[in-house]
Amino acid sequence: MTGFSPGRTRLLRGMTGFSPGLTGLLHGMTGFLLRRAAGALVTLLAISVIIYAVFYIAPGDVAQITCGPRCSPAQVAQVSEQLRLDDPVYVRYRDFLQGIFAGRDYSTGTGTEHCAAPCLGLSYQSDQQVTQLILAKLPVTGSLALGAMVMWLILGVGTGVLSAWRRGRVTERVLTAVTLAGTATPVFVIGLLLMIVACGQLNWLPFPQYVPFTDDPQQWAWNLLLPWLSLALIEAAKYARLTRASMLETLADDHVRTFRAYGVGERSIIGKHALRGAFAPVIALSANDFGSMFGGAVLSETLFGLPGMGRELVHAVKVVDLPVVVGMVLVTGFFVVLANAVADVLYAVADRRVVLS
Amino acid sequence: MSPIPDKAHSLVHVTDLVVDFGETRAVDRLSFTLDRGAALGLVGESGSGKSTVASALLGLHRGTGANVGGEVRVGGIDVQEASGAELRRLRGGKAAMVFQDPLSSLDPYYAVGDQIAEVYRVHTGASRRAARARAVEVLDRVGIADAVRRARSRPHEFSGGMRQRALIAMALACEPELLIADEPTTALDVTVQAQILDLLHVLRAETGMGLLLVTHDVGVAAESVDDVLVMRYGRSVERGPVREVLGAPREAYTRELLGAVPRVDSPREASAPVRGDVVLEAVGLRREFGRGKRAFPAVDGVSLTVRRGETLGIVGESGSGKTTLGRMLVGLLDPSAGEIRHGGDPSPGGVRAGVQMVFQDPVSSLNPRRAVGESIADPLRARGEHDDAVVRARVRALMERVGLDPAYYGRYPHEFSGGQRQRVGIARALAAEPRVIVCDEPVSALDVTTQAQVTALLAELQEEHGLALVFIAHDLAVVRQVSDRVAVMRQGRIVEQGSVDEVYGAPRQAYTKQLLAAVPALDPEAAARRRTARGELAAA
Amino acid sequence: MSEALLAPEAGTGATAPAPASGARQFWRRLRTQRAALVAAVVVALLVLVALAAPLLTAIEGQDPGTYHPDLIDSGRGGVPIGSFGGISAEHWLGVEPQTGRDLFARLVHGARVSLGVAFAATFVQVLIGVGVGIAAGLGNRLVDQVLSRATDVIVAMPLMVLSLALMAIVPSGFPRPVLVALVIGLVAWGSTAKIVRAQTITLKELDYVAAARLSGWSTWRIARRELLPGLAAPVITYAALLIPLNITVEAALSFLGVGVKPPTASWGQMLTSADVWYQAAPQYLLLPAGALFVTVLALTVLGDGIRTALDPRAASRLRIGTGQKREGRA
Repeated sequence: MTGFSPGRTRLLRGMTGFSPGLTGLLHGMTGFLLRRAAGALVTLLAISVIIYAVFYIAPGDVAQITCGPRCSPAQVAQVSEQLRLDDPVYVRYRDFLQGIFAGRDYSTGTGTEHCAAPCLGLSYQSDQQVTQLILAKLPVTGSLALGAMVMWLILGVGTGVLSAWRRGRVTERVLTAVTLAGTATPVFVIGLLLMIVACGQLNWLPFPQYVPFTDDPQQWAWNLLLPWLSLALIEAAKYARLTRASMLETLADDHVRTFRAYGVGERSIIGKHALRGAFAPVIALSANDFGSMFGGAVLSETLFGLPGMGRELVHAVKVVDLPVVVGMVLVTGFFVVLANAVADVLYAVADRRVVLS
Repeated sequence: MSPIPDKAHSLVHVTDLVVDFGETRAVDRLSFTLDRGAALGLVGESGSGKSTVASALLGLHRGTGANVGGEVRVGGIDVQEASGAELRRLRGGKAAMVFQDPLSSLDPYYAVGDQIAEVYRVHTGASRRAARARAVEVLDRVGIADAVRRARSRPHEFSGGMRQRALIAMALACEPELLIADEPTTALDVTVQAQILDLLHVLRAETGMGLLLVTHDVGVAAESVDDVLVMRYGRSVERGPVREVLGAPREAYTRELLGAVPRVDSPREASAPVRGDVVLEAVGLRREFGRGKRAFPAVDGVSLTVRRGETLGIVGESGSGKTTLGRMLVGLLDPSAGEIRHGGDPSPGGVRAGVQMVFQDPVSSLNPRRAVGESIADPLRARGEHDDAVVRARVRALMERVGLDPAYYGRYPHEFSGGQRQRVGIARALAAEPRVIVCDEPVSALDVTTQAQVTALLAELQEEHGLALVFIAHDLAVVRQVSDRVAVMRQGRIVEQGSVDEVYGAPRQAYTKQLLAAVPALDPEAAARRRTARGELAAA
Repeated sequence: MSEALLAPEAGTGATAPAPASGARQFWRRLRTQRAALVAAVVVALLVLVALAAPLLTAIEGQDPGTYHPDLIDSGRGGVPIGSFGGISAEHWLGVEPQTGRDLFARLVHGARVSLGVAFAATFVQVLIGVGVGIAAGLGNRLVDQVLSRATDVIVAMPLMVLSLALMAIVPSGFPRPVLVALVIGLVAWGSTAKIVRAQTITLKELDYVAAARLSGWSTWRIARRELLPGLAAPVITYAALLIPLNITVEAALSFLGVGVKPPTASWGQMLTSADVWYQAAPQYLLLPAGALFVTVLALTVLGDGIRTALDPRAASRLRIGTGQKREGRA
């Protein structure tokens, strides 16, 4: 049977072979999808409660902390008014939720400003709506995350397959050493070094600058190449280790012994049966990583000066702009939960035992 | 290569086979032949090297670090010398193997039909369509109903028996000359085992392929092969036609092995009804697992009594609820409904010293990080005995009683064999000075000779202490051997209960009859009779 | 080869853990791994350097905080005077651009922060993770559900984001290294809790725990005597892999300027401004980067080694047969 892409062969065979088609699979999965969506919603609510509790009901002078150390007493009073600190906790949380689901009105110095749902509050620094702020940064972080993920999946899974295939030989030892070094290098170190070498010394690549995809796709990719590469190199090491470990585990399974005992060649055993065992963990991990990227690209955004969500978050933390911080954390949590839910569904499509059990 | 004429006649020709795993010699200068179309059983206890021989026939030790010496020829191919490509052609093409655990032996991610088709394509280069057609054909041949549809199922959607049929179908796909079956029925219930053995019988008659059956169960061999080879410590003990070896064994070890095998049809002294006091009573026990719509009763309305000095056997297939029942009897699990009475008093629930348990798995029933003496001392210390000297003296006495050297007090479980660990478990149960011991499959993980020793020990202890035993097992012959009364369980209920002579001698329920008919017989003629009986029962 | 011992009901759920892996066996297995041994030596050296940082800098005759304006060329934007970034007998690794602070002193003091924060954070993670995991594994349905959901939430939150966010609300007077350790510990205990819960559930289903219950021991005693020793191996393994991760997180937070704050020296913080100076004073960039790399690498290799030593099955898995040892007989 064919090479290294069981996903594709599986889907193809889904049309003609023994494996049921995708439609047949999704049919009867409605219950599972609903359950999964409900679970995600509960997790998100729990996250919002915790975040709210940690950041807005913290001990100490909440208004002062919220407003930041540089606030004047008048500003502090205004914040106190805005947060309605005299109201009971549950009322405040309800308003917070209401803002997210239905929008709410804020009194500003001159009148009221309507903040449409999903409203995450107003920034204390710029008086901008946090939602708008985040939306403006989303494409940058999204571009970074998407490209990096594609690269790390190709690099990481490829390396993992190669080292599982050549196990016990020099190739594997070299790859193991390289991936180990990769996992031991912080992203900002490798990014820094790459930037210095590729942009500073050799002038191969431009110092990254964000160019929207819609403006110029080529420049978009060319500028993001370096950030992608540095993120992908680090992450790929992790994926290579994971892929290799899962494949080696599968290779020790009884069913692999069966196929060996039936004269099935090593190529098919590695590329089809063993790789299939690495599917689920790789999907799960990449979903989690992709979700985290929306907040977790902090380092590369800061390093390369890309105006994404991560850099905005660091800035907000430094100036103690609490609504922005809380909004960022919530949105990141949202993406992580969403990505995990998608991963679960993908996983269920790939392995129907999950649905059945 | 030009095969040597003498060797060409036989399908398998093994000369002076030696397999070493590091320091350990698993197979020691073994030689045997198997003619085309013949069936040979490799019989032995654990560690006899029989499975190693099976793997060696397909060259499966290659690249594993095992050291293989001697000559192995299968279908004219020298397995030791064969190239990788030759070996792959041999595997599955000329000789196909069926493994013990049908669930883990199939890839969980692919449809069963696809897996069979893959193997077929590897050997024939057939088109995908033709390979799939072949997969359906062989699945149909091994008795999978609605094969066209079931070929699309994944292994987990099959029952244990169906999975084993699917594996046999895979083996048949390329019409091999030799079928190697490595403990093909060990993981299956006795009724399913009978079906699989019958299937092998029929297939062999139809295709004329040779069969090498590896098994620890003498009965299974007697049912299925013409010749047996008894192995021990990697060496051949005795070889000959089934009837001779099993009927009139020449070697002492074969006699010992056969003597230890419990039978359902051997003469047995009629047990006098036990009239002791009732020490344990269960009334209307029920236990559900899962919640809401998914709730199902594992045990449903079971009532029984156990008297002082008697052994109540509980027999059933997997999923019959016998283990759940056992756990409720000792208080490890609370019943959903019904009650347990100790000596007439309703139990408030929970465990109590008077009712102890001996567990199935000698590995997991002892804490690997604690000395066995300490494990045995647990009930004593928990009861409040603080004087270390008293505890140690008592533990030493108990160890001595169950046949363990008291000097082993400070040793750890991994230093003991399975049978010894089971003795430790018995000593621990005894330390609590119980009135009742519930034994949950106490011997099913042990070799037959060890089994016999452990059941004998239990009987002695029962005699000495006037213990009541509840003996839970799937093996009808073992239960018959040790019990006074027996209860047959199926789907959480007791379907038949009575004295051993009644239940085994004149079963009333169809299910009990079916179970008894499925037990392999040691005598080939009896086996043939049973096969006919099974056919009639199935037809009825 | 494992001969067929398995009877139909042998698979009733319990998988026994690896046989008694005493400390001696552990060392014996660890000793066979050359890479892990080298890593262990490196880690030991690093810990020694961190502990002896004041002594080492005293020998050098410098301290991490003193400015040396005389050693930098303010005319050229603050580049250290002298070759190789101002390496000399007084300043073994040269001085920092712009401030002239001694690099060797900052590097060894940075080791204190890196290792100290990482070990402390790991301690907090393990403490919370083990507590929550055991409680969830042993508790009733409700306890388990609440704790598991809480764990899910914690796992769902990206470590960097939440750590960053928490940094925002803590008063600036709080000692930063302690704060960083606490924040990492409080945010990233989720996976430890998950592992411990799973292992607790596996262990409590084992027959020997049931046997201990039948002996009449209390739940508390069973948890202590039968469960905790079984949890040690996975927890140690996981903790060994957490430490290098925590080093990276601390460095990252300091790199972003929200972790350890000046004048306390930290490797991550040293990197923040190093990129501008890579030509004039390359060691200003390469020293902290190299130190981070070597530390994380050594800890990772050591962690892998510990895992292999504690779970030898993982190491000897790649055999076609089921290459278990022959069992003796009764």
